[in-house]
Amino acid sequence: MSTETPSDAGVAQSTNAGVLRLMITRFRRGDSGMIPIVIGLVILCIYFQVRSSSFLSVGNLTNLMIQATIFILLGIAEVWLLLLGEIDLSAGYNAGLGGGLATILVDQQFHWPWYLAIVAGLAASTFFGALWGMLVIGLRLPSFIVTLAGQLGLEGLLLWVVDSQGTGGSISITQPDLYNIVYGDLTPLFTIILVVGTVALLSFSLIRRNSSRAARKLESVPALLMSIRIGGLVIAGGLLILIFNTDRGGKFTSIRGMPFAILIVGVVLGGCTFIMNKTKPGRYIYAIGGNAEAARRAGIAVNRYRLMAFMMTGLISGIAGLVYVSNLNGISDGINGGTLVLYAVAAAVIGGTSLFGGRGKMVHALIGGFVIATIYNGMALIQLGAPQQYIATALVLLAAVTIDSLARRGSTLVH
Amino acid sequence: MDTTPENSSLTSSATGQSEPVGSGVESSASSLLSLRDITKSFGAVQALRHVDLDIPAGQVTALIGDNGAGKSTLIKTISGIWAPTSGTMYWQGQGVQVHTPRDASHLGIATVYQDLALCDNLDVVQNMYLGRESTRAGLLDEITMELATTQTLKDLAVTSVKSVRQVVGSLSGGQRQAVAVARAVMRESKLVILDEPTAALGVTQTAQVLELIRTLSSKGIAVLLISHNLNDVFSVADRIAVMYLGTLVHHGPIANYDRNSAVEMITTGKSDRVPSSLASSN
Repeated sequence: MSTETPSDAGVAQSTNAGVLRLMITRFRRGDSGMIPIVIGLVILCIYFQVRSSSFLSVGNLTNLMIQATIFILLGIAEVWLLLLGEIDLSAGYNAGLGGGLATILVDQQFHWPWYLAIVAGLAASTFFGALWGMLVIGLRLPSFIVTLAGQLGLEGLLLWVVDSQGTGGSISITQPDLYNIVYGDLTPLFTIILVVGTVALLSFSLIRRNSSRAARKLESVPALLMSIRIGGLVIAGGLLILIFNTDRGGKFTSIRGMPFAILIVGVVLGGCTFIMNKTKPGRYIYAIGGNAEAARRAGIAVNRYRLMAFMMTGLISGIAGLVYVSNLNGISDGINGGTLVLYAVAAAVIGGTSLFGGRGKMVHALIGGFVIATIYNGMALIQLGAPQQYIATALVLLAAVTIDSLARRGSTLVH
Repeated sequence: MDTTPENSSLTSSATGQSEPVGSGVESSASSLLSLRDITKSFGAVQALRHVDLDIPAGQVTALIGDNGAGKSTLIKTISGIWAPTSGTMYWQGQGVQVHTPRDASHLGIATVYQDLALCDNLDVVQNMYLGRESTRAGLLDEITMELATTQTLKDLAVTSVKSVRQVVGSLSGGQRQAVAVARAVMRESKLVILDEPTAALGVTQTAQVLELIRTLSSKGIAVLLISHNLNDVFSVADRIAVMYLGTLVHHGPIANYDRNSAVEMITTGKSDRVPSSLASSN
């Protein structure tokens, strides 16, 4: 590692010794990021493992991740709008509609190829996202009300579409490709290639960015923190390979490899994070969420990016819907899209995204979604029912926003 | 305040005001921006009447006047928020039409309004480049933007901003003002209009902002400073323009004024103590 010298420009260049101090200062400033919630998640896992030894088994962990996918995907969908200070309460039913449409179109009656059915489902979800966006932007209506109406309307539409098939309110998936979104797996070899490749790519881009910043005497991450980050990536990747590639099939079958649904979450999360951090549209969405008037005066076509966010919410809701119908092996008219969307918003907020716009990250939905799925999964394992699950989720949500708000009291950040 | 060699011509242009207004005088050669006979009406209300003003490059022109005197209307006309009802603007001697803020910014006119139009959730670099980000292969080029931001702040001798990667919401009022001004400068503006830049600031921060204004003019940038604070005006301005009830009643080098005459003109629209002939000609 390089020897740190105080730079002449007076740029605060943190040294290895200062890393801990820096982290403490950040925590005090309310800029602690996701550390408290990750610690909370670890505590939850330890608790459930103590109460039920099967919690940390590879089979259950894979199951937990599958359960989390719906919260994570819908959470990512919501973050797009939460960053603008908007919300989409219809996302749960929009997911149901997109997934349901795909299920119906591959059915015996229509015989669409699976990829066309998926495109049609996603197009429908994107269309409804765009519709809410146009109403909110064009008529200057609050998104809360527009999408509340959307939630009711889409529930009605879903009931009508599903019931019109004459199968008694639920439709099973008869076609293997949709079914395999959740129940199909990558081969163990592909799992290894994918995970190792992703870890290598992320580490490489982290190192390259840091060294090119350091070369231009810009504030750079000290070597210790850098090694911690890359070490964390490597450990996480190793754990994922271990979890997915250990046989979880039980006595009679052998199931190994990463489920496709996890890959889908990874691609959506990575893609959205990339747009947010590396492209102009992402930058503009943060700017509009922070100060729409300033963004407008800076020449940004504010309404275009707001509409884009509504459409992305619709599209990702549709993707969530595909995973959802695959997991349930069909669509039923009894899907509770209202609760799903509230879980999705809770996931984003637990992760640290603000409801008031301008502050949040896509990865918050990942952490928050895991917290909710862990409670859901763990409490079922220790034989606590729905009442306790709801109450526990409520407490975690309250705790997350309280910690966040308390940390921000003395904060230099806005909100 | 020291007089520069240029001031001789400016003084002559100041005395030139004694000519009847609206006589179609060409802009004076030394002026970056010249307004001739600018009138702005909102229905029956005449917010600006026959305003003539010359803004020379490299100097600080203070626009003073009471509330409702027309200062805001005038700067909004210059910065293209609305077009004047009649009259002509000359930019570097050429007649120009400024109908939109974009027109103004193409000419090199940047306006820093009181609200600063910064995004508190974005950092200094992101704010400086908002709406005109540098990209490489379609992706944001953070390093180029950060280097340029650091350089601009250094050029303007803004040392109070410790890290250009801290969010603007965490900065003090003076630092925020500095970021907003630096953003205007980085867009290669030739005229920077500052609307009450010190209104909400404490003593130290006011001093920082005034220093920044001096730096701007020393770089050859014209500054039009709107201020209620005569202390600030007399400490940085090279020229003064006084508005009263929609009319530009007086303008000239700061040496022609003192606090008392300035206050008198702000409140009554005229002063016997000022040597120029304009006040009497009205």
